Amino acid sequence: MRRHGASTTELITAAQGGDRRSLARLITLVENGGPTAERILQTLFPSTGRAHIVGVTGAPGTGKSTLVNAMAREYRNRGLTVGIIAIDPTSPFSGGALLGDRVRMRDLVGDEGVFIRSMATRGSLGGLARATDDVIQVLDAMGFDRILVETVGVGQAEVDIASSAHTVIVVEAPGLGDDIQAIKAGILEIADIFVVNKADREGAERTVMALQAMLGLGPRTVVHHGQTMRVEEPGGNTQGWTPPIIKTVATRGEGVPELVQAVEAHRAYLMETGELRQREEARVTHGLEQILREALVQRLVHRISPQALDQTVQRVLAREVDPYTAVEELLHLEEQGEPQAAR
Amino acid sequence: MNTREKVRVLVAKPGLDGHDRGAKVVARALRDAGFEVIYTGIRQTPEAIAEAAVQEDVDVVGLSILSGAHMALVPKVIRLLREKGMEDVLILVGGIIPDEDIPKLRALGVHGVFGPGTLTQDIVDFIWQALEERQTSATATE
Ligand SMILES: Nc1nc2c(ncn2[C@@H]2O[C@H](COP(=O)(O)OP(=O)(O)OP(=O)(O)O)[C@@H](O)[C@H]2O)c(=O)[nH]1
Ligand SMILES: [Mg+2]
Repeated sequence: MRRHGASTTELITAAQGGDRRSLARLITLVENGGPTAERILQTLFPSTGRAHIVGVTGAPGTGKSTLVNAMAREYRNRGLTVGIIAIDPTSPFSGGALLGDRVRMRDLVGDEGVFIRSMATRGSLGGLARATDDVIQVLDAMGFDRILVETVGVGQAEVDIASSAHTVIVVEAPGLGDDIQAIKAGILEIADIFVVNKADREGAERTVMALQAMLGLGPRTVVHHGQTMRVEEPGGNTQGWTPPIIKTVATRGEGVPELVQAVEAHRAYLMETGELRQREEARVTHGLEQILREALVQRLVHRISPQALDQTVQRVLAREVDPYTAVEELLHLEEQGEPQAAR
Repeated sequence: MNTREKVRVLVAKPGLDGHDRGAKVVARALRDAGFEVIYTGIRQTPEAIAEAAVQEDVDVVGLSILSGAHMALVPKVIRLLREKGMEDVLILVGGIIPDEDIPKLRALGVHGVFGPGTLTQDIVDFIWQALEERQTSATATE
């Protein structure tokens, strides 16, 4: 749908010179994927690796956007620049999306040191968009000091954000049903910092206590959706770091300086202990595997002729062959036929 | 055209009136038509709207104005969009707009004006058609 007059090189130069329109266009190109996105990411790669990436996850309505807004303001007070990526789900029915996180981020408009981008998941299920890591790279390369990523409030967001962010903030709020049940199993492992937001509301203290109880004891069982599940590693994913629990009133900015202080303390901890390097290694591994997988799939699918695929479909339909054997045969066919023709 | 590209639409409510039911209905309808809709809420300044349009790299800006202040607000938004390099964005205005103001808004650079009775499908069709025409003329002049 786009009429990109400028070349990607021109866009990169302009964006690095502070042109926000060019930066926004670069993000669109990267989000849309394909060879253009690859070219941009290749060019930007040497400039990446500076930003500290903070994931903000938690159930819908806990106040993630409001908190991101308040955190960005606090970072600006400290003289740091902030890139924000706010993710909302794509409708599986229409392919469209309603991206509403900006409604809570209005204080930041007009500040050159902040750039906010809403992203739709576009079919990805993990609470992040497929291109989230790529857009993080773009903001990183543009020199934003901190990048705040607000995940979708449902599903398995926590798993994905853990491999994308340096520091993961899990946001809870009182009044989301039974306190213990509201704290999802699996979230303890990935939280570096817990926030109990809406501390102005009744029940906040109980939520704090529920969290403390879950964090303070050894391995134990947690009831989740009526299922008894074992939580392997309470007390967070790292030995030397105990995730703090911070109470906030995001709408009034209360507790937010403390929260930002905790993020910075975690960052310092990661650097001092060498854990930052480990996390980066995990991130690079994850990223490489993903690119490799996509490249391999592209290459193979490309080489299997539509006719061969159609014949196979017909044979499976006729119950002449099972799908597993059929795939083996297709891959075999691909190996034998014209191995160098595709290159 | 890359099939993964999505049309992005900013739905914004400038001005001081506090009702955004209509804007939300339109936002949802556009989502259901397959657009990525960025919704920014009520009482937006023209500056905030233009800046959001830039950051979100939208193809379409839809302004919902019920306060009667459209002749003051729309020119401001359009000027700021142009200043920020968004010359080619499609601009739609919805709300209570007297007939005699429609040609004036068009002259300012508004592409479509939609009154209270408009079917959301008409807005969807309008956007598709306008973007398609644009696509064709862009390839013709290249
Ligand atoms: N009382 C109170 N309300 C809050 C607080 N923080 C946020 N809210 C309100 O909670 C509602 C949801 O806030 P959001 O920031 O949109 O929550 P979110 O987690 O981003 O929501 P989703 O993105 O939809 O998952 C809004 O009406 C906020 O104004 C708080 O500290 N106290
Ligand atoms: Mg939100």
